[in-house]
Amino acid sequence: MEQPNISYIQNMSGGDKNFEKKLIGIIKSEFPIEMQVYFNSMKIKNFDDASEIVHKIKHKISILGLDESYKNAIAFEHGLREGDIALQVKFETTLMIITDYLKNFE
Amino acid sequence: MNCIIIDDEQTARAIISQLCSDTNDLNVVEEFSNALQAIKYLNQHEIDLIFLDIHMPDFTGFDFIETLKKPPKIILTTSDDHFAIQAFEYECIVDYLLKPVTPERFKKAIHKVAGEINILNNKDGVQNFDSNSAHDLYVNIDRRLIKIDIQKICLVEAKGDYINIKTETDSFRVHSSLKKIKEKLPEQLFVKVHRSFIINIEKIIDIEDNSVLINKDVIPVSRSNRSDLMKRLNLL
Repeated sequence: MEQPNISYIQNMSGGDKNFEKKLIGIIKSEFPIEMQVYFNSMKIKNFDDASEIVHKIKHKISILGLDESYKNAIAFEHGLREGDIALQVKFETTLMIITDYLKNFE
Repeated sequence: MNCIIIDDEQTARAIISQLCSDTNDLNVVEEFSNALQAIKYLNQHEIDLIFLDIHMPDFTGFDFIETLKKPPKIILTTSDDHFAIQAFEYECIVDYLLKPVTPERFKKAIHKVAGEINILNNKDGVQNFDSNSAHDLYVNIDRRLIKIDIQKICLVEAKGDYINIKTETDSFRVHSSLKKIKEKLPEQLFVKVHRSFIINIEKIIDIEDNSVLINKDVIPVSRSNRSDLMKRLNLL
């Protein structure tokens, strides 16, 4: 299973550690909220809303260098619009991996 | 350039803001998490550039553009590549950045915007884009600035509201005039031989009475311009 990394963030920052810290801080605060919105939408089977939030979450997946998971998120987002949830488990596994990874940052 | 960022995702705004802060002459004056706030702001403030997310709840980036009477230059930022065709329907959209945006791609987009704003200021398709690149000429073709090595230009032909710039290998059709481009070309190298033609003296193959052969083109030489041409030649 691929693991998150901060290569993109480091490339972006050009060595600016304050920016790296700031961006990770923003992701840490935004990601759990978006994840909650996702689970709430799935719970009530509102797949349109779920698709919208997956769209937003997938940006963070790509920022964290999870290339395969990003492709899965794109497919899942499109599938949700048709009510197709075949990729749900795979996507939610990615959410858990990111959640664990973000815990490493103080 | 003063710019604003419109994106409902804070992470995306932070990335664009950081990229702007690393760019000379690019000043982020405001950030908005929704398009409606931005519309209010734009009613009272003039800005040069908007970084605009397409995919926003309630009000998409395209909806937002439709509300603007006189939109400034816009760079779209999106995670979807399938909006690209729609984006080209809007003259104000200069570029289309896929998230996550890389510094290299961002620089290209800003270069394009700077070029377009320069063109608007000059109101002409031909310009020296940068004073450090005096050997090159930048021409605006289909909203792209194409660099042409001046030394490689064989001739320029006027055709109505356009000019054709011919090099040995390419031809560029540009909305401009012969008079305008003449001002941009070095006098020691280029001479007007006809009301519709400027030629590069170094590209001449031979000269007959009323014409000159350049590459494979036979160019007419008008009676009034012939003496100017002859003065420029190293005659034996």
